Amino acid sequence: MLASSHSVNTSQAPVTHFSSEHSCLSIDHLSLAYAGKEALRDLTLSVPRHRVTAFIGPSGCGKSTLLRAINRLHDLNESVTHSGNIMLEGQDIHDPQTNVTELRRRVGMVFQTPNPFPMSIYENVAFGLRLQQRLPKRKRDDIIEWALTSAALWDEVKDRLHRSAWQLSGGQQQRLVIARTLAVQPDVLLLDEPASALDPISTLKIEELIRNLKSELTLVLVTHNMQQAARVSDYTAFLHQGELVEYGPTDQVFTNPRLQHTENYITGRIT
Amino acid sequence: MNSGAANTVSRSPRFHWLNNLWPWLCAASVALSLLMLSALLVLLLVRGLGHFWPATLEEVTLSSGETFAGEAIREVALPQQEGDERLYFTGNQDIDGVRWRWVAIDDIVERSQPNDLIRLERSPWGDFIGRLVAVEQAGQRWEGEAAWQRLTTLLALPASQRQESQLLLTTANGQALRQPLANVASAQTPNAMAWWQKTHAWGDSVWRFLSEGPRAANTHGGVWPAIFGTVLMVILMSVIVTPFGVLAAIYLNEIAHQGRLTRLVRIGVRNLAGVPSIVYGVFGLGVFVYGVGGSLDEWFFSDTLPSPTFGTGGLLWASLTLALLTLPVVIVATEEGLARIPEAQREGAVALGATRLEMLTRIVLPMAAPAMLTGVILAVARAAGEVAPLMLVGVAKLAPQMPIDGEFPYLHLERKFMHLGYHLFDTAFHGEDVQAAIPLVYATALLLVLIVVVLNLTAIFLRHYLRRQRGNEC
Repeated sequence: MLASSHSVNTSQAPVTHFSSEHSCLSIDHLSLAYAGKEALRDLTLSVPRHRVTAFIGPSGCGKSTLLRAINRLHDLNESVTHSGNIMLEGQDIHDPQTNVTELRRRVGMVFQTPNPFPMSIYENVAFGLRLQQRLPKRKRDDIIEWALTSAALWDEVKDRLHRSAWQLSGGQQQRLVIARTLAVQPDVLLLDEPASALDPISTLKIEELIRNLKSELTLVLVTHNMQQAARVSDYTAFLHQGELVEYGPTDQVFTNPRLQHTENYITGRIT
Repeated sequence: MNSGAANTVSRSPRFHWLNNLWPWLCAASVALSLLMLSALLVLLLVRGLGHFWPATLEEVTLSSGETFAGEAIREVALPQQEGDERLYFTGNQDIDGVRWRWVAIDDIVERSQPNDLIRLERSPWGDFIGRLVAVEQAGQRWEGEAAWQRLTTLLALPASQRQESQLLLTTANGQALRQPLANVASAQTPNAMAWWQKTHAWGDSVWRFLSEGPRAANTHGGVWPAIFGTVLMVILMSVIVTPFGVLAAIYLNEIAHQGRLTRLVRIGVRNLAGVPSIVYGVFGLGVFVYGVGGSLDEWFFSDTLPSPTFGTGGLLWASLTLALLTLPVVIVATEEGLARIPEAQREGAVALGATRLEMLTRIVLPMAAPAMLTGVILAVARAAGEVAPLMLVGVAKLAPQMPIDGEFPYLHLERKFMHLGYHLFDTAFHGEDVQAAIPLVYATALLLVLIVVVLNLTAIFLRHYLRRQRGNEC
């Protein structure tokens, strides 16, 4: 069953291509291995600008690995090896000319569990800004207010900006982390199961936020939750065992998948 | 099935009492530990602080007709039911040749506590116990009650202004003595004192113990140079060991490839903490004192050779040796703190565009600061109580000069210094007058405990403050 779907995948090459003015990220024949153990195999896809793209797939399918590769977070782990290219706005992110800290500023990342730093709410949002440049306090305050407003958190925290961020609720913490990332004005926002540790109401707030943010930047969302992918994303990529199985507009992938394998996963017949 | 159930119910009833008892056994261990700790503290407090309380003086008449005055110290039973013997501190070494007197209780005909008995603290010769007859100054003479008033007035003046004054004294058995007032440090009539006067005198004695230098081969006087030396040495040690230990821990935990070699180094560091401290002393003597110090002398102080400058034990070498001794403690504590920081925090910082150094200095190190302080606390506690290695690398029985003074360069790292732990050892075993040293030993031990407690409390409050600043426990 699985083997047949893989063969279909490679033969039909179900990859959506966008013209270069619409493509923000393009991943070209990317393979990646942890200490020799293959996690991503020959992945090619392109992510459209100012859209929400969801990566779905069962646990261990490599969707988080792919997300982390876009941010070059794998650099921290010396046992990771890769081949193939990831192009951000036409620029190879693995090019020795590429400044990795500048890349990470342009490609923000939000993790599964909220990870605010042990400092005040204000300092959390200012953290990325302080790394970039010295700003006059007025300017910095403006950016922080803008970032918190964009993350739909300003009204809840404006009276306690200098309290510890660890006193916020889980959903607030996750929105704070998003605000922290927005403050450095990234082009791409990577979200690694951003709502999986949150309650339903917080999840809804995050989803609404994701939909609102796409006018500002390109979003890539990894999620376990089919309904969430269907609700918020414009494009969906289904990964299985390190390979891209199907990729296309969300409506099409969810209502009329081209492959039986995708349909089985979406309808919950395989996990 | 049925028999099986019966078995579970009736199985091994002898385990039942253990099941109920084990929490009590644990509680008993805690209670016993607490009991021993409080016994230690109470002993030190009572013996150490009690020594400074003005003791009642007795006038004793023996069956032989002899009379003497002194402070009763303790009673000891003689062997073979020969009755008890009592030890008196009688002072007056210049007259009697001894300061202590054992008296069989059966020989005592009369004991009284006359109010006019006076106790003078003098140097040389130690305490005088007897009566004040008169005070003479520049041809004038005061007697009786006026003499005592004149004496207290004069003692309030600095020693240089009472050069001319003389005291006329008699001992309990009537021997007269002329005592220059310049040699007298204090005077008391303990039997005539009210409790508040005694309290005042007690505070005064404690203060002089803390603020004065030692006298009479460390069996009298205060311990200020030893307090100063101990604290200064511990501070220098912390200043040296903290950066080294923290940097080493950062390397081991954050930078080094986590392979077999790193694991081996880590095991090695942990085991270094168990090396006997005297071994570090030997290392310090060989490498720091003779090696580095000897070379420094040859290069920079050759004009004063053969008398060594840095080529002998001193404050710097002692601090370095103790820094080496406490290095594993700091490394291990810091490493544990670093390992506890969630990976998500590091990734969060890196994902925002922080370099590795920025991630370390802005997120990881502040979060690990309480753990580092814990390491320093443990290091301080260990270093302040360490004596054995210091005896090899720079501690002195009596250091003529303090390591900090008004003379350039103000901090004299090459000087020998005094240390409370060594002072304690020296007072207890190397003094000429062991009886007089016993209370000082308790007082010094109490002081050593207090200094360690104060240093630790400072670090603990600092750690608490750092945690509070971040608004949450981590």
